[in-house]
Amino acid sequence: MHTPRSALLEGVRDTLPMLVGAAPFGMIFGTLAVGSAMQIWHGSLMSATVYAGSSQLIAVGLVAGHASLLLIWLTTFVVNLRHALYSATLLPHVAHLPLRWRAGLGALLTDETFAVMVGHYRLHPQHSHSHWYFLGSAGSMYLNWQSWTLLGVLFGAAFPALQQWGLDFAMVVTFIGIVVPQLKQRPQLLAALTAGAVALLGRHWPYKGGLMLAILAGVAAGVWAHARTSTVVQEAA
Amino acid sequence: MNYTVMILGMALITVLTKASFFLLGDRVTFPPALQRALAFVPVTVLTALIVPMVLAPHEQGVELHWRNPQLIGALVAIAVCLRWRNQLLTIVLGLAAYFAWRAALL
Repeated sequence: MHTPRSALLEGVRDTLPMLVGAAPFGMIFGTLAVGSAMQIWHGSLMSATVYAGSSQLIAVGLVAGHASLLLIWLTTFVVNLRHALYSATLLPHVAHLPLRWRAGLGALLTDETFAVMVGHYRLHPQHSHSHWYFLGSAGSMYLNWQSWTLLGVLFGAAFPALQQWGLDFAMVVTFIGIVVPQLKQRPQLLAALTAGAVALLGRHWPYKGGLMLAILAGVAAGVWAHARTSTVVQEAA
Repeated sequence: MNYTVMILGMALITVLTKASFFLLGDRVTFPPALQRALAFVPVTVLTALIVPMVLAPHEQGVELHWRNPQLIGALVAIAVCLRWRNQLLTIVLGLAAYFAWRAALL
């Protein structure tokens, strides 16, 4: 990672499993968008400008359910709230960048790129080309999403069994590779177990509410365990 | 409804939620308690995203049994990651176990 170019390419390389994992969702979204009341090109317009898979899929569902404009916008906000957490988490690593870099990388942020960047900053906390690596990850995710959406829009009706391919499992093993090494510390382990349990219990809740609550509960559990550990250490000393 | 307006409104809302903290830049500083809390965000988010995919892959009941290839693949990935601490090996062997198990069950 000695030049901007090599950092960019490494960002793309480390995002490859995510690119594969996002492909079926892009195609499914494209297919559903074509089947909705919207015009054919609206699917691609949404991918290009909104660029947030969960919100896009939910919006198609809301359009089909004749939801009001206000409800669709409110839902978009709630479903995307977790991205505010992501950008708050990554901020210390990008705060020094010029405004156009921060705006661009922020707009291109996704679950997948967040995961890749967390792994990257863990290994390279101080690296002068990290923003190029970020751009490689986020930019390749963006182009990938546009391509698969377009494919879904164009040929969607011909691929009804996409979900059964199971390629989204690439995302699961990638996340495992990032999470498991961090679970050596007990507060992190407790945070992960709590988040996983709440997410499982709340997986049917509307608007990703279960996911949001899982994150909050996991963070609370981690903070509690951390405070408890620190108190014990202080008392022992 | 005008769907173009709907989509562009969604786009504005999404960009603002995604980029808000990045745009405020170094003018925001987080108190230590909040920073400590944020340190738990990655682990919780990633775990919360994958646990339902592994334990309830068909978005219905929990499938805690050996006929669930997502569960087998995830367990293999966790074991490989614990043993060798190598992310690429974790991905490759986890995926291989998943596809092999699926094929074996058919």
